[in-house]
This record gives sequence, structure tokens and C-alpha cells, in this order.
Amino acid sequence: MPNKIAVIGDKDSVSAFKAVGVEVFDATTAEQAQHLVKKLSAERYAVVFVAENLAEQIPETLSRAKLQAYPAVVPIPTGVCPSGFGMQGIKSDVEKAIGVDIIFNKEDKQ
Amino acid sequence: MAVMNVNPTRMEMKRLQGRLKTATRGHKLLKDKTDEMIRRFIVLAEENKRLREQTEQELCAALTAFSQARAVTDARVVEEAILMPSRTVTLDCSKRKVMGIDVPSMQINDSGGELYPYSFLTVTPKLDDSLRGLNSVLIKLVQLAETEKTCNMLAEEIEKNKRRVNALENIMIPQLTETIKYIKMKLDESERAATVRLMKVKDIIN
Repeated sequence: MPNKIAVIGDKDSVSAFKAVGVEVFDATTAEQAQHLVKKLSAERYAVVFVAENLAEQIPETLSRAKLQAYPAVVPIPTGVCPSGFGMQGIKSDVEKAIGVDIIFNKEDKQ
Repeated sequence: MAVMNVNPTRMEMKRLQGRLKTATRGHKLLKDKTDEMIRRFIVLAEENKRLREQTEQELCAALTAFSQARAVTDARVVEEAILMPSRTVTLDCSKRKVMGIDVPSMQINDSGGELYPYSFLTVTPKLDDSLRGLNSVLIKLVQLAETEKTCNMLAEEIEKNKRRVNALENIMIPQLTETIKYIKMKLDESERAATVRLMKVKDIIN
């Protein structure tokens, strides 16, 4: 069973993760990120966090990773405030499963 | 709906009736399965959204503190401070079944070393804040990863299941019903033809 955690993102913003015991991989371009996600999927990584700005550029790789149980590839915000890409992912899941987005719509009405 | 290309015989009809029965039963079961999966999915999706909102806020705060630490101290000092972390985090991973799909289940498991792997004097307290924040958000991040993955997989499965239900409901079942009806009509027709022929023959003999 895989048991490691990795973070992919540009070094300046994610290197803090190193101190809490998570492995950090530096990537600044979409190609590097894509390559890393593929490489880490083949190794013993259970969770791969990808910086939102990079995740946005590699939607195909992310959707391919959704098909198997491990690793879980999760976009995380790395800037000052979240860009909403992660929420977009939940929204599209809900739309896929139910047809209409009932979870986010409900909040808009309130 | 097009009638299937079959011989209109009693045996064929029997076979198709069997298939229709299985299809109807399967359709009902699959529909129930979809309903249950959607019910679970909604609960998970709400949980997912809640977790993501929380973690995104906390994570952003921690990372902002980190970049502030880099700004006020020499970036190389900060780099050096975190170069050799004294703790490692691993996960206890297993798979569990939710509605017949393997979804991940993870437990965080850290080695419990010192959280601040640097000297007390050299680095700003901002870095301490940042690391404390990150450490606490990490547990939630792993939870988020687990929930999000489960959601992803469940959504995928629901979509697949819906397609199966639709195929059965709109194609398979009408086609079978239609074909059975067609065979029945053909058989009735030939039965009537036989009766009429017999009557004619009787007429001729008399």
C-alpha cells in the first residue's frame, strides 16, 4: 500500500511543507507538473497535492488520476487566497453525478 | 423501436420472455443502487465542500505567514532552517468498499519529531506560526484528499450506472417487449390461417 505524501508546486510557495515532513517537488510549468504527477503515481505516494495554478493547466492528467483509488491528486491553493479551482472540481463532480448542481445553488439562493 | 431480427417461433418467444424478465429485474436493482449512491454522494459532497472551505482558508493563512517570514528574514536563512526536517509524515492506507467501489481510506501517522527543526534565535516567529498552522492543517488536508477522492469515484460510478439504467429502460426493455408482441401476433396469425384452411378443406370434402 502506498503511504507517502507529496506536494507539487513552485518552490517558493510550497517549500514550507518540507518542515512538516511532507516531500516537496518543485515544478513551475505545466509540463513539469504533468511529468511529476505521472512519476509519483507510479511510486508509493498515496496523496499528491498540486498547486492550484499548475492543476488548472493539466486537467487531463487530473481526470485520469481520478479513475483509480491511489494516489489521490488534490489541488490546493498556494497563494494569498484560494482561486476557486478546487471548489470548481467539487461542483463538476456534483453536476456529473446528479445532473444539476444542488449543493452550490442552494447557497446562492439563501 | 425496431423489432429484433428473430424467427417468430414459440421457442424464441419463450427465450425473449426470459430475457425481458431478467432485464426488468436488473433495471429495478440498478435504479435502486443509483438512488442509494446519490444519497451517499450528496452527504459526501457537502462534507467535501465544508472541508475544502476550511482547509483552503487555513492553508492560505499558513502559507502567507511563510512568505512573510521569507520576506522579513533572509530567504536563505529560512531555506536553511527548514532544510533538514526532523519529522516525517506517513499514511496508513487501506481500501474500503462504498457501494462496490474501492475507495481509499487514510490515517495520518507522523513520527512525532520536533516541529521546529531550527534554532530559536535565527528565525522570525512568523515561521513558527506558519509551521504550526501547516501542521494542523495537514491532518485536515489528508481528510480532504480522502473525501474528495471518494466523491470523484462515486460520481464516476453514478454516471456509469445511470447509463446502464437508461440503456435498459429506453432500449433493451422496449425492444424486447416489441419483439415479443410481434412474435405473438405472427403466431396468432398462423393459427387463424390454419383454422381457415381446415374449414375450407372440410367444405371441399363435403
